[in-house]
Amino acid sequence: MRIIDACATSAAPIKEHGLLRVLACGAVDDGKSTLLGRLMADAGLVPEDQMAAVAGAGGEDGFDYALLLDGLAAEREQGITIDVAYRYFATARRSFIVVDAPGHEQFTRNMATGASICDAAVLLVDARKGLLPQTRRHAVIAGLMGIRDVILAVNKMDLVGHDENVFRAIVASFRPHADSLGLDVRSVPLSAALGENIVHPAAAMPWHAGPTLLDLLETLALAPRRTGSLRFPVQRVSRSDPDFRGYQGTVAGGRVRRGDPVVALPGGQPSRIRQIVTFAGELEEAGPGEAVTLVLDREIEAGRGTVFACPDNPPACVNHVVVRLVWLSEMPLGTGRELLMRQGTDLVPCRITALRSRLDVVRMAENPATTLGANDIGTAVLETGRPVVVERYGDNRTLGSLLLIDRLNNETLAAGMVVEAVNAAANVYWQRFDTTTADRPSAGRQTPAILWLTGPSGAGKSTVANALERRLTAAGCHAYVLDGDNMRHGLNRDLGFSPPERAENVRRLAEVAHILADAGLIAIVAAIAPYAQDRANARAIAKDVPFYEIFVDTPLDVCASRDPKGLYRRARQGLVSDFTGVGAPYERPQAPDLRLDGTAETPQQEAGRIVDLLAARGHVPAA
Amino acid sequence: MLDATGAAPPASQSTDRFALSAHQRMLEAEAVHVLRETAAVFRRPALLYSIGKDSSVLLHLARKAFYPEAIPFKVVHVDTTWKFREMIAFRDAQACALGLDLVVHTNHEGLAAGISPFSHGAGLYTHAMKTVALRQILDRLGADAAIGGARRDEEKSRAKERMFSVRAPGHRWDPKMQRPEPWGLANTRLLEGETMRVFPLSNWTEHDVWAYVRAEAIPVVPLYFARERPVVRRGDSLIMVDDARLPLAPGETPQPMRVRFRTLGCYPLTAAVVSEAATLDAVIDELRSSRRSERAGRLIDGERADSIEAKKAEGYF
Repeated sequence: MRIIDACATSAAPIKEHGLLRVLACGAVDDGKSTLLGRLMADAGLVPEDQMAAVAGAGGEDGFDYALLLDGLAAEREQGITIDVAYRYFATARRSFIVVDAPGHEQFTRNMATGASICDAAVLLVDARKGLLPQTRRHAVIAGLMGIRDVILAVNKMDLVGHDENVFRAIVASFRPHADSLGLDVRSVPLSAALGENIVHPAAAMPWHAGPTLLDLLETLALAPRRTGSLRFPVQRVSRSDPDFRGYQGTVAGGRVRRGDPVVALPGGQPSRIRQIVTFAGELEEAGPGEAVTLVLDREIEAGRGTVFACPDNPPACVNHVVVRLVWLSEMPLGTGRELLMRQGTDLVPCRITALRSRLDVVRMAENPATTLGANDIGTAVLETGRPVVVERYGDNRTLGSLLLIDRLNNETLAAGMVVEAVNAAANVYWQRFDTTTADRPSAGRQTPAILWLTGPSGAGKSTVANALERRLTAAGCHAYVLDGDNMRHGLNRDLGFSPPERAENVRRLAEVAHILADAGLIAIVAAIAPYAQDRANARAIAKDVPFYEIFVDTPLDVCASRDPKGLYRRARQGLVSDFTGVGAPYERPQAPDLRLDGTAETPQQEAGRIVDLLAARGHVPAA
Repeated sequence: MLDATGAAPPASQSTDRFALSAHQRMLEAEAVHVLRETAAVFRRPALLYSIGKDSSVLLHLARKAFYPEAIPFKVVHVDTTWKFREMIAFRDAQACALGLDLVVHTNHEGLAAGISPFSHGAGLYTHAMKTVALRQILDRLGADAAIGGARRDEEKSRAKERMFSVRAPGHRWDPKMQRPEPWGLANTRLLEGETMRVFPLSNWTEHDVWAYVRAEAIPVVPLYFARERPVVRRGDSLIMVDDARLPLAPGETPQPMRVRFRTLGCYPLTAAVVSEAATLDAVIDELRSSRRSERAGRLIDGERADSIEAKKAEGYF
C-alpha cells in the first residue's frame, strides 16, 4: 500500500505519532478482512489496478473488500485467512504496520505470532453475536503477549439497526474481562460493509460522538516502554583485520556509552567499551533498537550468544527457566524429543523437565496437564544444556522470548516467554567435606535409611510414622519424621496439588530425607505421593541411601469413613479440588518393599513390622 | 525483524543520521540485524542483486551492516540478456566502485534453445531465464541462503512471506511449510538440501525505499527518472525500444515520450509510465499521488490472480 493523498502536501510528512504496529484480530466471520480492506480503500490507499482486479472477482454481492487482503490461493479458495499477513500504510499523522491475524481457533498460534510484535490490537466483534469464546481467547493472548491497548470494534452495526443499546451491552460485557487482563480498552461501533465509522463518521449512529476507527488508530498514545540496563546480545564477531575485533549486534535494552564498563555473560568477564563503530562514523552512545558494532578495551572470550550487560544489574544466567509456551506444532509436546532453544542470539540444547499447567484461555484458569497440543498455551520448566542469559518477558522482550525447535526435523515447536529464571545450580559446584556419615556422633545404633510411607489420605501414614519414631527413639536410634502435611506448612507452602506441584513436593521431601540420612538418621517420610513416577524419582534422589517404599494399604472407603480431617467430605462437596481418591488418582505401588494392611493391624503392630524390616536389613539392632 | 524491544532507535548524536526519521532508523536497524544474522548462521550466503532500487538499498545496508568489514557474501546477478542496457552499465559501475564480489549468471541452455520473451511467451521465458537460472547459480555456488530485496507491500502473496523463508530441496516454496517468526526470532536451521531465502526489506514500502534512497544518497539506475525515450504502445503498456531485438509490427515506429520506470526488469516485459518526474523529489511526490500499484508495470505478474505465488513455488524470488 502507499501513502495517502492527504500527506502529499509536504515533502517530509510529519508523523506526529510515529509508527504503530497494530494487530487485527477477532473471531472468524466477524468481518476482519472486510474491515481492513475498507479501511485502506476509504483512506485512499488501494491502487486502482488492485481495486480493478478485485472488482472482477466480487461476484453479484458487489465489491468484496476482503479480497484486497487474503493473499494465498488456499485462503481465497476457503474464504478464510490462514496465515499472518502484514499490511503497510501511512496517513498524514502516522505510519502503520497492520498485522492481520486469522480468526479460526486452529490458527490461534498464528494469532499469537502476529501479536508478539504489536503495540496495540483492534479486536473485532460481530454486533449480532457479541463476545464469542474466540473473542475472549484473542483478548487473553494479546494480553499475554504484552499488548495493553485494545480497540474494541463492534462491527455489522447496520445489521442490528444501529442500536446503541446493543453496542453498550457488548462494551459492558467486555469490561470485566479486559480489567482482569489489564487491558486499556477504547470502543467504536462501525459497519465495515457500509464504511461507517471506519474513516468517515456514520450519520446512522449520531449517538456515537466519539472518534472513528482511523481517528483512534492515528491518535492512540502508547505508554513508553522501560528500557532498563544495557543488554547487547552478540550476533557476530567481525575480524576484518588482525587488529580489529568488533562485536556486531542490536542493543536490546538500556544504552551503551563509550568508556562504560560491561560484563560478558555467561562467564562474567569484565571489560570496557572502547568504540561504538558504525558506517556513518563512531558514536558516543547507542540505545535500544540500534544496530552497532562494539569494540572492547581488551580481548575476552565472547561470540555469538554472549550478552554484554551493565555490571551493576546483569541479567540472570541460568540452566533452568520457567516459560509460558504457545504450542505451534501439530506434534504435541512429548517426552524424549531432543530440543533446541533459540533465544537472544543463542541456540542451546534443552529439555522440558516439567509441564506445570495448561491455560484454559476462555476461563483464564491454569489446569493440570500432561501434554500440550497445537494452539495450547501452558507453563513448563526448561533445562538447558549450558547456562543461558535470560530475563523475564515483561522486563526484556529480547532476552525473555524464545523458540523451541525439534533437533531432528528442525520444526519450530513452540514460542516461549520467560516467566522466571530459576537460579538453580548455575555456576554452583559440589563442595566436598571430610566428615562422613560414619564419623558423626549421631551414628549411634542405627545405620541410615529412608522409609517412605505412601497411601491415600486417612490411610494412617502419620499415625504409623509417629508410633515408629517413638519405638526407634526409645531403642536409642536416631530417627526423624517428615510429615507431608506439616512440610506444606513451611518448606512446601508455595505448592498446590496439581500433578507438577505434587511432583515438586515429593522431590523436596526426598531431598530433605536424603540430607537427614546423610547426617546419619533414619528418615521417615509420611506423604501420599500418589504418582508412581514421583515415588520412583524419590528413590533416585536417595542415591546410595537404602530406600524402602512402605505401602499403607487402607481401602479408600475405609479412609473416607475415617476422614480424620473432614477432607473427603469437603472434596465430595467440591470444596477441595485435586483431592487424591476423589478428584485425583492414587497409583498403587506395584512392588512395595513392605505392604501394611491398614484395616487388619493396629498402628503399633504396623510400626513393629517396619522395625522388623529395618532389623532384618541391618539398620537397627535386632529387638 | 521488528525490534523486539518495541522501541524505535532514538536519534543518535552523529550528525549524518538526523536525516533519517525514527521509522527509517527502525527499518534500517532491522535490515542490518537480519543481514548480520544471515552472515552469522549460514555457511555460504549470496546476495541477489537485480540492479533495481531495492537491490541498491540492500547493497547499501549490507555495507553498513558489516563496516569496516567488506560485504561477506558473493553478489549474484541473474542476467536474462534482456535487461535494459543502462542497467548492465550501472551494475558494472557499481561493482567496480564498491569492490563487489560479483557473479553474473545466464541460463546458457535456455539461451542456446533460443528462449526469448517473444518466442516462448512471458511465462515460459521467465521460468527458464529467471527462475531456472537462479536455481542453477545458487546450486553452483552451494549457497545455503539467498538474500533478496523483496518487500511485503509489493504483492498480496508476499504479504505473508517470512523474513527467513525456507525452501525445500529444488528451491521450492511451500506456503504451508513456512516457520512462524514471533518477536522476529527466526529458526534458521536447515536440513540437507534445504536452502533459505532472506528478505531484510520485508517491512519496507515503496515509499520507504525512495525516502531512504534520498536520505542516504544511494545511486540508482537513471531509468527511474523521466526522460525522453523511444517507446511503442502495446495494449495498455508502453514498451521502451532498448535495442534492435524488439520485433516491431508492420508500420509500428518508436515514438519519443517522456517516461520513467517504477520497477526494472527485462525491457520487453517492463512497462514505462508517462511522467515528468526527473528528480528524486519529483519521483517521491509522484509516488504519493499515484493511483497505480508498483508491480502494475510488470507484465508477467498479471497472468493469473495467484501468479507470483505460483512462480515463488517454483523457486522464483
